[in-house]
Amino acid sequence: MSTLLLADHDGHQLKKATLQAITAAQAFNTPVDVLVLGSDTAAVAAQAASIAGVARVIAVSAPHLAHVLPEDATAIILDQLNAGYTTVITAHTTLGKDTLPRVAALRDVGMASDVIRIHARGQYERPIYAGNAIATIHSDEALQVLTIRATSYAAAAAGNSAEIISRSAPAAQTGSLWLADDHKISDRPELATAPVVVSGGRCLGERFDEVLAPLAAKLGAALGATRAAVDAGLAPNEIQVGQTGTIVAPELYIAAGISGAAQHLGGMKDSKVIVAINTDPDAPIFKVADIGIVADLFDVVPELTRQLG
Amino acid sequence: MKALVAIKRVLDYSIQVRVKPDQTDVDLAGSKMSINPFDEVAIEEALRLKEAGIVSEIVTVTIGASVAQDVLRHALAMGVDRVTLLETDTAPDSLGVAKLLAALVKDEQPGLILLGKQAIDDDAAQAGAMLSALLGWPQASAASKIVIADGKALVTREIDGGTQTVQLTLPAVITADLRLNDPRFVKLPNLMMAKKKPINTVAADSLGVPFAARQQQVRVSEPAQRPAGVLVKSVAELVAALKAKGALQ
Ligand SMILES: Cc1cc2nc3c(=O)[nH]c(=O)nc-3n(C[C@H](O)[C@H](O)[C@H](O)COP(=O)(O)OP(=O)(O)OC[C@H]3O[C@@H](n4cnc5c(N)ncnc54)[C@H](O)[C@@H]3O)c2cc1C
Ligand SMILES: Nc1ncnc2c1ncn2[C@@H]1O[C@H](COP(=O)(O)O)[C@@H](O)[C@H]1O
Repeated sequence: MSTLLLADHDGHQLKKATLQAITAAQAFNTPVDVLVLGSDTAAVAAQAASIAGVARVIAVSAPHLAHVLPEDATAIILDQLNAGYTTVITAHTTLGKDTLPRVAALRDVGMASDVIRIHARGQYERPIYAGNAIATIHSDEALQVLTIRATSYAAAAAGNSAEIISRSAPAAQTGSLWLADDHKISDRPELATAPVVVSGGRCLGERFDEVLAPLAAKLGAALGATRAAVDAGLAPNEIQVGQTGTIVAPELYIAAGISGAAQHLGGMKDSKVIVAINTDPDAPIFKVADIGIVADLFDVVPELTRQLG
Repeated sequence: MKALVAIKRVLDYSIQVRVKPDQTDVDLAGSKMSINPFDEVAIEEALRLKEAGIVSEIVTVTIGASVAQDVLRHALAMGVDRVTLLETDTAPDSLGVAKLLAALVKDEQPGLILLGKQAIDDDAAQAGAMLSALLGWPQASAASKIVIADGKALVTREIDGGTQTVQLTLPAVITADLRLNDPRFVKLPNLMMAKKKPINTVAADSLGVPFAARQQQVRVSEPAQRPAGVLVKSVAELVAALKAKGALQ
C-alpha cells in the first residue's frame, strides 16, 4: 500500500498547501510519493525530496507542463497508478479540485473532497453546507481519492533527502489549451497563507483600500473581502474569502463591516482570533468573534491603525 | 448547437442549516428548496448564448425525486426549451450524476454542457470534472467569462489567486462560477406558463448505469462552536484584548 500525492507549485517552490497535504497523507501510515509536474521540475523536486515524510519524488518534466491542465495531470496520474498506489491525495486547490475528480471517475471510484480530518483509511470528516455541518463519511474503495483542506493541517517541515525519480510524460492532450494566467502582483502576503488577514465588506464603498490598506500594512496582513464587496467592484475577486472564495485560517482575522453570512463564515471561522467591527450589534459575525466592537469602522479602523503605532 | 445544463435542487442558500438531533443528516423537512445558485448562473449563460445566436436549443436536466420538478419549472420560466427529470429516490453522488449525464449525452448530443462549479449542499465540486473525464471532452471549471466562436470556447476561469484563460475545442464541459453573470429575475406570468409545459420524466434506473452513492454518510454533526467572545467599548480596549490574546506580534 502506498500513497501518491500530487504537488502544487509555482515553478520554483511548493505551495504551502502541498506541505499541509503531505502532513495529512501521513495519516494513511503508508509511504508517500510526491508527484511533481512542470516544464522544469528540478528545483521543486529537490524541495519535495527535502520534506520529512516523503518516501520518493516522481518528477515529470515536459514543455507542455509549464501550465498544467487537468487533462494532462490526469493522464500522468493514471500512468503512475499502474505502480499500485492505493491512495491519491492532494490539497483542495485549483489543481487538485480540477484533477482528482477526473482520476476518480476514470478509475470508477467515489471521491472525498475538502477533507478536514482523516480518522482512518476510508473514514473522513468534511464540511458540507458551507461548513454549517460536518459529515463523517465512509468509503470502501480500493483506491482512495481525496483532496484535503489545507488549513486543517500544519505544514510538513524539511529534514529528509528522498530519492528523486524522473519519468517521461505522455503526449499532451489537444482538447484544451492554456492561454494566460492573470495574477495580480501584490506586495502583501498571500491571502491563503497569511498569518493576519484584514477583511472588509461592501459598506466600505470607494474607501475600501484607503481605510483597510494602512491597517494591513501595519500588521503585515493580507487583504480579504466579502463577495458583496468584490461584486461591487471594491476589491479584486482573488481576495474573496468564503465558501466560493479562499478558505483562510490565520492567527488573526479582522472583519470590518462584514455581516457574517454563512457563505463568508464558512471561509474564515477556523481563524485563531476573530475581531468583528460592525455597527449592527445583531450582525451574525459577532457569533464567531472573539473580540467584537459595535462601532463605525470608519472611526475604529483608522484609530486602531494609529494605536498600533 | 445544443446546450445541456445540469441543475440540482438544494436547500435555499439563505436558510439556516439544522442538523437532526440523531446526527444522521441535516434536517430539510419543510425547508425552502431552490435551484443551486451556480446552476442558475449556468442556465443564464446558456440563455445568453442562445440570445447571441450561438446556442440553438437548451435542454435542462435534473436528477432526483419527483419534487425536483420545481427547479425544472424554474428553468422553464427562465426560458430553457426542454427539461428532463431523471427520476430516482436514491440520491446519487457526483460520480453517479456524471455517469447519468454521460448516458444522457449519448442521446442528446449537445455541443456544450454547463454545470455549476459546486452544489452548495455537498460542496463536492466534482461532477463537472468527472463528466468531462468520462466523455473525454475538455473541461474548464469555475468560469467567469465564456466566448464561443469557430467551434472553440474561450473561457476565463477563477483559479487560486487570480484568473486563467483557456481555449477548449467543442464539445466541452464548463462549470459556472457566480461571477459569470447575474441570472434574470423570473416573472410570475412566465412561472405560470412554465407550469403548463411538459416535463420529460425518465426513470434514472432505465439508463442502465449504476449511480448509487459510493460512500456512506456515517454521521452529520454541528461544527465545533467557538467559545463566546467579548465585546469591547473602545479601540484602546480592543488593542488591550488583542495583546491579551497574544494576537499582536
Ligand atoms: C452560492 C453563494 C456563495 C457565496 N459565497 C460567498 C463567499 O465565498 N464569500 C462571501 O463573503 N460571500 C459569499 N456569498 C454572499 C453572502 O451570502 C453575503 O451576501 C455576503 O457575504 C455579504 O457581504 P457583506 O457582509 O459585505 O455585505 P452585507 O451583508 O450588506 O453587510 C454589510 C455589513 O456592514 C455593516 N456596516 C454598515 N456600515 C458600517 C459601518 N460604517 N461600520 C461598521 N459596519 C458597518 C452592516 O451592519 C452589515 O452587517 C455567497 C452567496 C451565495 C448565494
Ligand atoms: N442531482 C443532480 N442533478 C443534476 N445535476 C447535478 C446534480 N448534482 C450535481 N449536479 C451538477 O453538478 C454540479 C456539481 O455538483 P457537485 O459535484 O455535487 O458539487 C452542480 O452544480 C450541478 O450542475
